[in-house]
Amino acid sequence: MIANDWIQILVSLGLIVLIAPLVGRYLAWIYQSPHLSLEKGIYRLLGLDADREMGWKEYAAVLVVSNGVFFVAGYLVLWAQGILPLNPRHLPPLSPEVAFNTAASFVTNTNWQAYAGEAQLSNLTQMLAITFLMFVGANTGLASLVAIIRGFVREGSATIGNFWADFFRFFLRAFLPACVLMALVHVEQGSPQTLSSSVTAKTIEGAPQTLIVGPVASLESLKHLGTNGGGFYNANGAHPYENPTPLTNTLEFLEMGVFTFSLPFFFGRMIGRPRQGQVFFAVIFALYVAGLGLIEYSEKMPNPLLASASVMQKTTPLQDGGNMEGKETRFGTTQTSLFSNTTIAATTGAVDGAMDSMNPLAVLVYLVHMFLNEEPGGKGVGFAGLLKEAILAIFLAGLMVGRTPEFLGKKIESREIKLAALSLLVTPILVLWLSGLSLVLPAGKSSIDNPGPHGFMEVLYAFASGNANNGSAMAGLNVSTPYYAISIGLEMLLGRFLPLLPLLALAGSLARKKTLPENAGTFRTDTPLFILLLLGFMVLFAALTFFPPLILGPILEHLSMLHQIAF
Amino acid sequence: MKKKNLLDSKVILEASRQALIMLNPFKLVRNPVMFVVEIGSVITTAITLYSLIHPDGEFLFTATISVWLWLTIGFANFAEALAEIQGRAQAESLRATRADTQARLVVPEGIRTVPGNTLKKGDQFLVEAGEILPTDGEILEGVASIDESAITGESAPVIREAGGDRSGVTGGTRILAGSLRVGVTNNPGETFLDRMISLVEGATRQKTPNEIALTILLVGLTIIFLVVVASIPAFSSYEGVLSSPTVLIALLVCLIPTTIAGLLPAIGIAGIDRAFRANVIAKSGKAVEVAGDIDILLLDKTGTITFGNRQAVQLLPAKGVSDEEMAFSSWLSSLSDDTPEGKSIVGLAASQLSSPVAPQGLRPIPFTPETRMSGVDGPEGEIRKGAEDAVRAYTGSAFPAGISEIIAEIAGSGGTPLVVARNKTIMGVIHLKDVIKPGLKERFERLRKMGVSTVMVTGDNPLTARAIAQEAGLDDFFAQAKPEDKMQLIKKEQEKGRLVAMTGDGTNDAPSLAQADVALAMNSGTQAAKEAGNMVDLDSDPTKIIEVVEIGKQLLMTRGALTTFSIANDVAKYFAILPAMFVVSYPQLGVLNVMKLATPVSAVTSAIIFNALIIPALIPLALKGIRYRPVGASALLRRNLLIYGLGGIAVPFVGIKLIDMILVLLHFT
Repeated sequence: MIANDWIQILVSLGLIVLIAPLVGRYLAWIYQSPHLSLEKGIYRLLGLDADREMGWKEYAAVLVVSNGVFFVAGYLVLWAQGILPLNPRHLPPLSPEVAFNTAASFVTNTNWQAYAGEAQLSNLTQMLAITFLMFVGANTGLASLVAIIRGFVREGSATIGNFWADFFRFFLRAFLPACVLMALVHVEQGSPQTLSSSVTAKTIEGAPQTLIVGPVASLESLKHLGTNGGGFYNANGAHPYENPTPLTNTLEFLEMGVFTFSLPFFFGRMIGRPRQGQVFFAVIFALYVAGLGLIEYSEKMPNPLLASASVMQKTTPLQDGGNMEGKETRFGTTQTSLFSNTTIAATTGAVDGAMDSMNPLAVLVYLVHMFLNEEPGGKGVGFAGLLKEAILAIFLAGLMVGRTPEFLGKKIESREIKLAALSLLVTPILVLWLSGLSLVLPAGKSSIDNPGPHGFMEVLYAFASGNANNGSAMAGLNVSTPYYAISIGLEMLLGRFLPLLPLLALAGSLARKKTLPENAGTFRTDTPLFILLLLGFMVLFAALTFFPPLILGPILEHLSMLHQIAF
Repeated sequence: MKKKNLLDSKVILEASRQALIMLNPFKLVRNPVMFVVEIGSVITTAITLYSLIHPDGEFLFTATISVWLWLTIGFANFAEALAEIQGRAQAESLRATRADTQARLVVPEGIRTVPGNTLKKGDQFLVEAGEILPTDGEILEGVASIDESAITGESAPVIREAGGDRSGVTGGTRILAGSLRVGVTNNPGETFLDRMISLVEGATRQKTPNEIALTILLVGLTIIFLVVVASIPAFSSYEGVLSSPTVLIALLVCLIPTTIAGLLPAIGIAGIDRAFRANVIAKSGKAVEVAGDIDILLLDKTGTITFGNRQAVQLLPAKGVSDEEMAFSSWLSSLSDDTPEGKSIVGLAASQLSSPVAPQGLRPIPFTPETRMSGVDGPEGEIRKGAEDAVRAYTGSAFPAGISEIIAEIAGSGGTPLVVARNKTIMGVIHLKDVIKPGLKERFERLRKMGVSTVMVTGDNPLTARAIAQEAGLDDFFAQAKPEDKMQLIKKEQEKGRLVAMTGDGTNDAPSLAQADVALAMNSGTQAAKEAGNMVDLDSDPTKIIEVVEIGKQLLMTRGALTTFSIANDVAKYFAILPAMFVVSYPQLGVLNVMKLATPVSAVTSAIIFNALIIPALIPLALKGIRYRPVGASALLRRNLLIYGLGGIAVPFVGIKLIDMILVLLHFT
């Protein structure tokens, strides 16, 4: 690494640390102030009573049913693309299983793409199905977090808020304005924003070339701000129209981090204990930075196989070095490390380089980020997951101070443990069993392009990504087959809603409880000791659950690489 | 009570016998984690038998694994059995004191002698000096001095009498003097002793709320590890490695939290047992557990914080009165006063006079509610002592200069002033003071560090109450309290979400005892109080509640520490077993064998042996409980995380390596 690399990292991380607390404070204001007249108008128009408080069951039901309706609507648009307008290239509809996969993918904020955007979707589909569901996914995630936070704030209450009010407030006061603003910036930087679908250009040799364009800039800002990740183009953030300049690369990095990293601060403000928010931020940021460090170390590492072939792999002020395979030379290793660590950690899933070409240790980091899915994790649900881990860690460690464990004044008893454990079970079951199944079934094995641990990682990565609602793909695996389209489609839906429902129930249970006053015998959760405890618990737990596949995948490939064995 | 030796060979034999009985799957299913181990053991045993019939070279390995898996369950059962036997041994020694006594039952036609264990609730019996009480009851008539050492271990006899708050008697205790008519309060088999015995025997033992929550977490972890291990055959078959079912089962058993699951029942039983060793009978395990969560401790002033009676500490003469005159008047005023206060005045005054002689013809004037004074009439005239306002009413004039100041000073320091007058002339003021029991201040400090605040409840005026609260180091006080105020105070704190503990003995304490979260009733108290509380202290020592709180905390801490230890152990076991599973196909993975275990066979075997042996190794800790120090939650957590968290990661690395070295010596590789 050279000074330039350090500057890139420090500036990027510094901007996140500066902006996130401010955004957190702004988000707290959004949810602690009365309705705006614009919002009242919308509620009246839609016939919604945004002041009616909902119990957790009703909140969960409205959330699931509304998402179900949006899912069906998205599916219909994808399925009917052939007969809908704004389709000058007469693109055919997606196959039913890919349409199912895509609707599931976008409604769950995953943005797994079993299709190639520019080749298969019309501009209307990009706007009506893709863009619309991107908004739905991100808003739903944030609304659910707000409801879960109310479980901690409220006392002796049977309700946890109104889903629609939570849904629209973020959308109207933060998400939409930010998307519009950043779309304009992306246009200024060179991203297309048009309703026409292609332009014909003349190449240097004079040959005609058809360039696919469309509403790219608006999708781009939304894709990152909502931690969605689905690109207009198949090459995603590595495509020059999606990510034209090093400045947009950094802006997109910030867009991914700005809301997700602000959520701990938001939480601290909402519960009236800003220090608690800072502590959670420290946990998230520590895991994030540790991941970044390992990726950067791994990607700056000269490949031993190329080194023996005397390839120059050193970083100098004139050329970037390390593992340059699959990287945009416009961005280089450090920008790619920053971008990829953020896109995975924040479950965006957009990429600006080829994940399949990363060194095994970097893939190890991506996998662990997706297993944990909480540092910072997807919009809202990531932080909700962190609260669940905190509850379990506090229960275990809290016993060691000789009291029934409490978190923020709420007693943690068998019902809370049952719900948190239920939510925790989903990830191991979905990821381990679905990837295990795919490694055994012929329908699963036939899609694998690479042998040995590399092919193993590609399958594991796909299901880790689907479950985490991440959406990034390692590639090297043909996922457009009916088997993968349906299995990953189902996994995305289950991975989204199965862990979320117990957490809403948990919020309902906590809201009913009394908030106990603290005393000297209470174990404090806003201290450095708690940061270490939670970090230790999360890492230990993820390691215990995923040690076998990690050994057989990235660790085996890394050790093999050191032994000059390639797969 | 004598503690039975843990390693008594008879005890071990009995515990082992019970451990075998508990292998019954219908019983073991109560402990889901160990039930999973049992299923695994059955499968590996079947594999062993199969390889005996169809030799495949795996026989010795699977047989060894099977044996250790069965031992794992056996050790867990042994821990539980041992805890139960320990409790039962103590109950047994109690039961011995209740050897078949005869009772003289009161029947309409007179008295009939019946066996003591046939007495029913509502019966009445007579008992006199030298006899043993056949059962629990409430004195209806008479007063007696009773030797309760059989129950409390305390050799000093206690006085019990009809009416009031000291009317309860316990079966098995002996009357030293006096005779009583006693009403039976419990049916046979339901006395406190019986309940206690059945409790420690585990007969009526139910899982406590916290134990249930922890069990849910352990089941959740077990399911996760089942999911993990079940996915391994698919992964390894893709990589071209065949997985051995025996190794997979060994891995599963190593990963699921067998250590804590095996010790959990023992920890709970041992908690109740520790309370019992402190002579506290907890009516349920839950009561002990809740004691650890207490936020506020309500303590009566009299009898709990202070000795029951006030003592004279100073005699302050009025202006113009000599010290000797004042002492003599005080002495005279209390000569016929039999109360402890009166006696202390006589004692103090006598020490300031040289052998005083009482004049002839003294006529005692007893205390009456109307005059609120007592004293004597005699050659020296009328001598009276009483409270400030009573004496002022008696003299009919204002106090001479200085007296009011002295009175205010005494009251301000928490004392009680008694004014002495001779022939309606003020002689001076006696300073009576509450004497705080020694060592309380330190105990309250300990409680404060645990996060328990102490509140004194007293009928005294606020000034006196404040002074005593300050001197005893209490956090707060509630002055001029009537019995019903206590109830209000408890409810108010509970509404704020706090858990309240209290002690009590009187019938008027019963409603508050029922309302409090932890209520320690005194064994000397009334039946109503004992019924309302959820614990009874056989020693009738109100400060015992502090020990109960510590026992509750220790119980929770032991559970948390051993759970953390159990889970942290998994890291080393992974490093032992996973490389062993794959190193033959992928020699690169050999670097993960950080313990340098000899062979895959020795690695898996060492891990499973460690996993089994750690249970008996931790039995003493589970029964004794981990050490509790009142240092505050954060320091406690830091310490325990270091010992049981980091220690839990490190210990098995050493242990597994040592076992592997032994296996190499035995050529088991």
